[in-house]
Amino acid sequence: MHYLTIKNNQPVLVKEIPVVSYMAFLILNTGMVSESTARHCVNYFGYKEGNAIKLICCIADDTDHQIYVSSCLVETGNPYHSFSAKQLCFEKFEREIHENFGIDYSDHPWLKPVRFSHDRFDKNKEIAGYPFYSIDSEELHEVGVGPIHAGVIEPGHFRFICNGEQILHLEIQLGYQHRGIEKLFLDVKSLKEKATLSENIAGDTVVGHATAFAHTWESLCNFQTTPDIDFSRTIALELERIAIHTGDLSALCTDIAYQLGSAVFGRLRTPIVNFMQEWCGNRLSKGFIRPGLNRFPVTRELADRLLEVLDTFEPDFTEMNVELSNLPSALSRFERTGVVSTEDAITIGVVGMAARSSGLKRDVRNSHPYSMYPRLNHEPVVKHHGDVYSRVQIRREEVFQSIKHIRELLKEIPEVSPSERDNLLNPGTNLFTLSLVEGWRGEICHAAITGPEGELLHYKIKDPSFHNWMALALAVRNNEISDFPICNKSFNLSYCGHDL
Amino acid sequence: MYNNLKILYHQGKQFIPDVTTAKVPGIFRGRPVISLVKVDESRLQATCPTHAISANPVSIDLGKCTFCGECAMAFPDKIQFTTDYKISTNEREGLIVKEGDDQPIAINPEKVRKEIHSLFGRSLKLRQVSAGGDNSCEWELNAANNVQFDMGRFGIEFVASPRHADGIVITGPITENMAEPLQICYDATPDPKLIVLVGTDAISGGLFSGSPALNRSFLDRYPVDLYIPGNPAHPLTVINGLLDLTRRSF
Ligand code: SF4
Repeated sequence: MHYLTIKNNQPVLVKEIPVVSYMAFLILNTGMVSESTARHCVNYFGYKEGNAIKLICCIADDTDHQIYVSSCLVETGNPYHSFSAKQLCFEKFEREIHENFGIDYSDHPWLKPVRFSHDRFDKNKEIAGYPFYSIDSEELHEVGVGPIHAGVIEPGHFRFICNGEQILHLEIQLGYQHRGIEKLFLDVKSLKEKATLSENIAGDTVVGHATAFAHTWESLCNFQTTPDIDFSRTIALELERIAIHTGDLSALCTDIAYQLGSAVFGRLRTPIVNFMQEWCGNRLSKGFIRPGLNRFPVTRELADRLLEVLDTFEPDFTEMNVELSNLPSALSRFERTGVVSTEDAITIGVVGMAARSSGLKRDVRNSHPYSMYPRLNHEPVVKHHGDVYSRVQIRREEVFQSIKHIRELLKEIPEVSPSERDNLLNPGTNLFTLSLVEGWRGEICHAAITGPEGELLHYKIKDPSFHNWMALALAVRNNEISDFPICNKSFNLSYCGHDL
Repeated sequence: MYNNLKILYHQGKQFIPDVTTAKVPGIFRGRPVISLVKVDESRLQATCPTHAISANPVSIDLGKCTFCGECAMAFPDKIQFTTDYKISTNEREGLIVKEGDDQPIAINPEKVRKEIHSLFGRSLKLRQVSAGGDNSCEWELNAANNVQFDMGRFGIEFVASPRHADGIVITGPITENMAEPLQICYDATPDPKLIVLVGTDAISGGLFSGSPALNRSFLDRYPVDLYIPGNPAHPLTVINGLLDLTRRSF
């Protein structure tokens, strides 16, 4: 066997991961992805091992709930054949490996820097001097926006090439938010610091990333979560989904100048985030999720309060949605705008909500379940047009689905088990583990490697945005530039989650 | 039309009538109060993930605190968080709460530049720059403008161009890659202008203070007019901070 088969959150010894020749590594991983659309790369990264770079590739199979892990040793100097030439979904992983370690590829389509990290291999490359694609023509013009955007959002630079109003090409330049966060996971000593750090990876996905970190850490420490821990986390994950999806519906209405929708969805988000504050003291759930702990257990009283919040939320949310879906002026903006075809989604490896809007049944809650999801028998919501409206519909239906899940869970509240956290301070030695969590945006993957003392040797975070930014660049082609805002909002990707 | 009216009717009145006295429900970690009870100070310091707690006398630097509540849970007799969300100030030292203190955190009127009241007291347009912010403070700044908090009623708004702005609001620890865009934005803003820091990361670098991927030299060059702490800062903290700075009375 050239690979090791693991499950979500299953720790293994690093030395059990087969180390194969580069050629075998390439054929194995690109082959697995090409054989079935149910297989996709959830993480592919390098780290220093002695003088060499060790590459680890993780392919998840959505039908049999397995993750296939293989590895290979490479060196800077001689160029390698790229995975991307065979399967485009690896392109960004390889760009990152190139950027960080200087590994060269002979046939990579585009070795553009991913985030201009401060510890990049080639210090001569600077964010300021980056050569954007350009087209020399009398008819075409370029539009550049950012890094500071018009609204109150994170920075990134977008360079459009347009023919009149029509976008021919969009190039997205990120990296402005790079804070060196993966490296900080190794540098900060205490578990509390690491947990706090995980909440600040992407502030709109606090529960998602903090849960992924908690799972990673617990698995390194061989800690079995108790039902009450899983219960709180599952509810928090679904509430985060409801809050952000609702807020995104508001933002989409804002961008088509539909004031009523904008105001109503915007205000409907408020009771949900305020409930989070009542529950844990923070509207975005910071300070809530900690490895091995259930800091804010669900009580019957709190559950009744949540049911009350949902009972008043749901009719208003339904009413606004009915109105929106009957509004021709809104539909004419949403429908057939910003299309990502199923083929493109597969080719570039789109995940999460965006993948499900383009006909892919990709949802970690279903394919690699954790916490309470096995009990909920979660079935992904899938749409097929891949347009802005599909992404609107997915949000709407997922909100209803999350409410249903929460109601189902609240029927029975598990007892709070006494926490035994002692072993959480001593992760196992020489381990590798991988945790997948479905955040509201999509698949979050955290991977960790420990050394001979149980210390973290490498920590790798992958936000769903890492895959999905390319989907946005493809979605806007041949659309009017005035539709860019709704295309962008319909994905609502993370800058800091990407830049790390 | 009838449907629209029905929707509007079902929404009811959402705005908070008085944002200066509104109460926040449930658990909320605002200004801490530190009692004079003796505790093992080094153990207390060790509970804090961001090294915000100093010993002898025990104090919490709200410019470093992420309001996680760990210290209060481990030492409930020593530290308690009140629901007082008015924790913005114009002095960096004003963010340090010492044991025995139980006073509101306030603006020092001596330190407010003269032109702030006269020029920005009725209308304030701000350009926001996210310099490594994780989108939580940005999210709350947007929320400050929603139908509930409705900061616009005080004439305070975010604008798209620095040339239309009276000042800049910075979130995030200021990454190396944002240092130059931030400077360009500052230079493009007409004088006189304000600098407001929102959130722990902007104020002290927070958890990221040790990261070599930051470049905070911008803050060495210019005085800061207002510190709004939090992780993220609550909309009520933001609105009250801006009002207290710019208005003599309202
Ligand atoms: S609440 Fe603030 S002072 Fe207390 S432990 Fe958390 S970060 Fe430290």
